[in-house]
Amino acid sequence: MHQFLFLLFGAFCVGGAINLLIQRKTINSALSLIVVMGSLALIYLLLGAEFVAVVQVIIYAGAIMVLYIFVIMLLNAGAEEESKGSNVAKIFGIPGLFAGGMIGIWVLLQHRPEEKLIPIGALYGPADQVGMMLFTKYLLAFEVTSILVLIAIMGAVVLARRSNS
Amino acid sequence: MSALTFLIVAVIKIAVTLGVLLTVVAYTVWLERKLVGRMQNRWGPSRVGPFGLLQPLADGIKFLLKEDLTPPYVEKNIYLLAPGLALIMALTSIALVPIGPIIHLFGISTPVQITGVVNAAGQASDINVGILIVLGITSLGVYGIALAGWSSNSKYSLLGSLRASAQMVSYEVSLGLSLVGVLLMSSTLSLSGIVHAQLGNWHGIPQWFLFRGQFVAFFIYMMAAFAETNRIPFDLPEAETELVAGYHTEYSAMKFAMFFMAEYANMVTVACIASVMFLGGWGGPPMPFLPSAIQAFLPLIWFSSKIFFFLFLYIWIRGTLPRFRYDQLMAFGWKFLFPLALANVVVTAFFVAIRA
Repeated sequence: MHQFLFLLFGAFCVGGAINLLIQRKTINSALSLIVVMGSLALIYLLLGAEFVAVVQVIIYAGAIMVLYIFVIMLLNAGAEEESKGSNVAKIFGIPGLFAGGMIGIWVLLQHRPEEKLIPIGALYGPADQVGMMLFTKYLLAFEVTSILVLIAIMGAVVLARRSNS
Repeated sequence: MSALTFLIVAVIKIAVTLGVLLTVVAYTVWLERKLVGRMQNRWGPSRVGPFGLLQPLADGIKFLLKEDLTPPYVEKNIYLLAPGLALIMALTSIALVPIGPIIHLFGISTPVQITGVVNAAGQASDINVGILIVLGITSLGVYGIALAGWSSNSKYSLLGSLRASAQMVSYEVSLGLSLVGVLLMSSTLSLSGIVHAQLGNWHGIPQWFLFRGQFVAFFIYMMAAFAETNRIPFDLPEAETELVAGYHTEYSAMKFAMFFMAEYANMVTVACIASVMFLGGWGGPPMPFLPSAIQAFLPLIWFSSKIFFFLFLYIWIRGTLPRFRYDQLMAFGWKFLFPLALANVVVTAFFVAIRA
């Protein structure tokens, strides 16, 4: 059952990502990205990381993608123009993609032996455990990330101010 | 409990809860028209059935039989997707709300909550990130409105949905932060766990979080929830004096009815979450003088009277307050509610730390 669900949501995820690339209209691409985010959240849930899964939905699907849609609505971005495309891409595109993918998988498998892969449902990630780890083991990384976010917020404020005056 | 019994119990719970929710939604519309009518010194619906009680049924038939127009030059797929998305997101969150304690029926024990089960220790348990899932579903509800306005190919709709998405994203922050105080005090994210943390009395006063220092959070939650559900005084996305009907201007018949139902279902959900988080859910002061037949229904009575209180509050405020201006709305959300919610989190954390 878990295996089946994993394959299903994995297929949704990859299908959404491919659809994102081939759609001509901006809004359809943005909607595909929401599908990708949602499927990722469900895969996290299958792995047992329930807190990360819900946060993925709230932050990415619920807030960031809303801003994307907002920008698309404001700019009224229409369909993308079709370019002629290069001959090299036509000939080598799909074989190259497969070859690249295979090399990528081979490298990953070389560096991560079978016993280090995480089986389905193995992560134990309730909110209190995540919080405990953030404030003890990964405290430095957590604080550095929060400073990074703070700098980004201040940058946004500075940019908004400048354009007003 | 075998897998088949579990499945049957789950399907029955879903069917009953959904049926009750849709009835409540239909009669909230009736209640609103009746109450606002009385507040404005008129009768409200009075022709269909006694006290106009069959009015929701008549409205439903009207919505089903009206011509279903799709204007030209709309983004067809998204235009059709949007009302369904809005309604599904509005109806889903009720699955996580603990409506009552464990009931025993035909030799099966189960809590009155769609996602609730009885665990090995004989206690009710549910999803342990329940409140976060409710917030996640609420945040996905924006898409129905945003896409409806964009796909309608109308300036009024677009302006309405721009207003709605900006407003809902802004107030979601305060909404989430206002609940953090309660989560700190109950030290769980599970909704039935939060209800259990509020059972019991202290000198006759119920131990609801509202009475245990979270009244500021309650105030913030109510303000943010009014904005989330696009109700007066925050109903700018559908301000009829400026935008015709906002994001659902171009929708007719059943598609319009779906937006309408989504709005009222959201009101019910907000009322459910408010009563679970601040007013003890299905818990209440004990009433030992009542006969035992009524005692069994007491939790459901408590819960539904709390929901009724919140729905009445919604309607009362609609009959009382004028609409905000848009810059006032944004300033109120970011410059007043948001700092207040942050301060509430800090103060609550301080007291929780002292008492630990």
